[in-house]
Amino acid sequence: MLNQESLNRINKEIAKYPVARKQSAVMAALHIAQEEKGWLSNEVMDFVAELLEIRPIQVYEVATFYSMYELAPAGKHKICICTNVSCMLCGSDTVVAHLEKKLGVKLGQTTDDGRFTLKEVECLAVCGGAPMMQIDKQCYENLTPEKIDSILETLE
Amino acid sequence: MVSFEIDGKKVEAEEGSMVIHAADAAGIYIPRFCYHKKLSIAANCRMCLVEVEKAPKPLPACATPVVEGMKVFTQSAQAIDAQKGTMEFLLINHPLDCPICDQGGECELQDLAVGYGGDVSRFQENKRVVLNKDLGTLISTDMTRCIHCTRCVRFGQEIAGIMELGATGRGEHMEIGTYIEHSIDSELSGNVIDLCPVGALTSKPFRYSARTWELNDVAAVSPHDAVGSNLYLQVRRDRVMRALPRDNAAVNECWLSDRDRFSYEALNSEQRLVLPMIRVNGELQATDWKTALDFTVKGLSKVIDLCGSDSIGALAASNATLEEYYLLQKLVRGLGSSNIDHRLRQSDFSHDAVAPLFPSIGLPIADIEQQQGVLIIGSNVRKEQPIIGLRLRKAFLGAARIMAINAVDYEFSFDLAHKVITPPKQFVASLSRIAKKLANETGTTIPAAVGDWAGDVAVSDSEQDIAKVLAQTGNQTALLMGQLAVSHEYYDSIYQISQVIADMIGATVGTMLSANSAGAWLAGCVPHRGVLGSTENNPGLNAGQMQKQSLKAYILFGVEPELDCVDGANASNAIGSADFVVNLSSFMSSASDYADVQLPLAAFSETSGTYINGEGRVQSFGGAVSPKGEARPGWKILRVLGNMFELDGFDYTSSPEVFAELDLSNLEPSAKLREVAIMAPPKTETTSEIDLERICEVPLYASDPLVRRAHALQACADNPPPAARVNAAQAKELNFSSGTKINAHMGAAIVALELIIDDRIPNGCILIPSGYPETAALGGPGMTRVVRA
Ligand code: SF4
Ligand code: FES
Ligand code: FES
Repeated sequence: MLNQESLNRINKEIAKYPVARKQSAVMAALHIAQEEKGWLSNEVMDFVAELLEIRPIQVYEVATFYSMYELAPAGKHKICICTNVSCMLCGSDTVVAHLEKKLGVKLGQTTDDGRFTLKEVECLAVCGGAPMMQIDKQCYENLTPEKIDSILETLE
Repeated sequence: MVSFEIDGKKVEAEEGSMVIHAADAAGIYIPRFCYHKKLSIAANCRMCLVEVEKAPKPLPACATPVVEGMKVFTQSAQAIDAQKGTMEFLLINHPLDCPICDQGGECELQDLAVGYGGDVSRFQENKRVVLNKDLGTLISTDMTRCIHCTRCVRFGQEIAGIMELGATGRGEHMEIGTYIEHSIDSELSGNVIDLCPVGALTSKPFRYSARTWELNDVAAVSPHDAVGSNLYLQVRRDRVMRALPRDNAAVNECWLSDRDRFSYEALNSEQRLVLPMIRVNGELQATDWKTALDFTVKGLSKVIDLCGSDSIGALAASNATLEEYYLLQKLVRGLGSSNIDHRLRQSDFSHDAVAPLFPSIGLPIADIEQQQGVLIIGSNVRKEQPIIGLRLRKAFLGAARIMAINAVDYEFSFDLAHKVITPPKQFVASLSRIAKKLANETGTTIPAAVGDWAGDVAVSDSEQDIAKVLAQTGNQTALLMGQLAVSHEYYDSIYQISQVIADMIGATVGTMLSANSAGAWLAGCVPHRGVLGSTENNPGLNAGQMQKQSLKAYILFGVEPELDCVDGANASNAIGSADFVVNLSSFMSSASDYADVQLPLAAFSETSGTYINGEGRVQSFGGAVSPKGEARPGWKILRVLGNMFELDGFDYTSSPEVFAELDLSNLEPSAKLREVAIMAPPKTETTSEIDLERICEVPLYASDPLVRRAHALQACADNPPPAARVNAAQAKELNFSSGTKINAHMGAAIVALELIIDDRIPNGCILIPSGYPETAALGGPGMTRVVRA
């Protein structure tokens, strides 16, 4: 199900916890699985459950709780827009509207060319730079439509 | 002990306990949804907020530990305000559909809304909608009503031990469900219906059939397993509408197995036998009681006159009442025969002479939790005795090391410390090796026969491990034999050697049987002992013999020979070829094909009586409803037959009068054999290489006539259609794959089944369940030849 490298990484995570607490590695294991596969299919989650010797539903609970996990195939770049209070007050609505228009997809959707997935997320703790978004592993602050355009141009 | 005050009242509580515990003990009510005394504390509903002196804001009583001198106010302005606020939030997303909700009338949210809810809602926005889930045939869902207390989730995780429900999503998107749609197959799943404080999870069979306030509760005892779970039958207009658990800390606590909860459906089955019937010119015809009873007496008398009283015999189900057993044996013995038995699924009766007073699990049910070690011998205990399974899980969560010798690697709700998974034929040898090793460890001498059984095979690692653990857990150990042991061809040797093991360490040994197996023994419903274990000078034939050698007349009491006997095929042949068969039964069944007279028998809900459970607990109950149609309680039918045969001592006017004839004080649950005498092992039979040993389990929803007619249980995922199961390696060797249509041959019988690959089965074995008409022709355990159909 997962390649040897991912398995090795997961085993390293498991080793960080007491033997009887294998399940503590669930979040790390899901991240690693997602990095390899791009998203978490039911089969991948069931596999992780088996690895950690927990029931599949325990993995689903975690995977559905955090917005960082993808439960459907996602685009090459994941654009996460914070719409929580600080960002909302500083204009996240404009950010959302601009991105939706520019990419031609709604929140939660992926562009036809598979390049971008647009996601609404809760506070990412960068309220000082509101409105903000996170693309893949990078945060972008004090967004304006122009700034967004130039950021997107740098991405393949 | 910590002393403090709730609402000005001085209370004391255990250190580390929560305010809600102390309040409950003191009879001070604090509203709650997520808190449940048997579940872990989640503190997620916030309904239990109370004011605590010096605390800046209200605290949840269920998660606030008691502190010396603290002052708690449950009714202060701050507390009430907080509780009302919580209620308003809870009602934001809760639909206002009480009039069409089955929970209405027994809904905790409805009740508390009366006390704490507002009269109008300030919420103007849209309520959220959650799609319903299909959880199978037992539980109906209306998930929009869910208030996310997570009681159902915690039940699966903590009590049932198999987590099937979970909370997925977050915040407003949180949902309770299985995520990937599948039914819940825990044998205890129905308990979430009781736990759910709202109408999100309700009973599917009961759905829309009655309002709770129309129902009367009648205390009853469940007729399915050795636990004898206490229940309430809920009755409306003389019909049992539902069964609910009746709290009894020593027996079932507040839980009920699905079998106990949903089998009531069969009470109203269309297959109920509602009229007496006699066979005239080869056809069964309905008639009145007088004619049927005359016919019975004439028929039996004729057989006795022609062939002697030894030529009649009686077979009784293992869940008849004590009173029924007593009168049945009194009748049969009065007629001059001792051919009476109830042990229909037992094959080996060699230890009858040294058997204990009555069979038991060997210790009080509640004590199972405190054991340090448990050895399960031939049992799918989780399914055979769900409540004992639950207690074992508690023992496991404590410190117990649970081990098993089994023919199937069953999935339990606890981990096994060590296990031996072996063909049934190897049970005795394996036990003997454990006994030998243990004798070594403890420096005890044991009977030489144990060594003979052990053979030359080296002690396996798991056998060694089991012996080592047993040596450590000592007298804090319970040995529990289950159905695969009891129906084993060498049950006697299994029992004897188990006892040898138990004696070495001071452990208890016991069998997990049926609802009133203990009562049957005590009432004398065995061929070799009379009432309360008295010696029978003229021992009659046991159930095994009566199934093999055909008698001239049989009395069947609540038995479907084809499905209830260990070798159903032979049993129905033997009984079917008798001259005269009296069938006392609650249902039309395959026995109706050859019965000469059928007497409609009241079901457990329709008669007063007594069950004695596997710990020797005597539990009497009254009837909840009147018998269906012309059916009559067994004790009345037997009393009248006694009178008609002009036997002495059949003048009872009530079942308590019958009961009073038995002195049942001090029933200690000890299943120890009176003496150990181990038989020499048989000569090793040469079996053909290509034959497989049949593992003959009786699945949980095939166990007795009642469950076999409970629709929802029959249709549930835990009751798959009978199939033949072998492990992958075995299948490969035979060149079969999953789904292959095969013919199983045993003796002259051939049965067509589908093959399923199941890696719980050891090599050399095939699991073909019994208790189903589809497999009945095969008979009992034995060697099977499997060929492609
Ligand atoms: S379904 Fe019922 S028991 Fe389960 S979380 Fe919802 S309200 Fe609680
Ligand atoms: S509110 Fe947007 S980052 Fe905190
Ligand atoms: S009962 Fe205390 S928070 Fe739910």
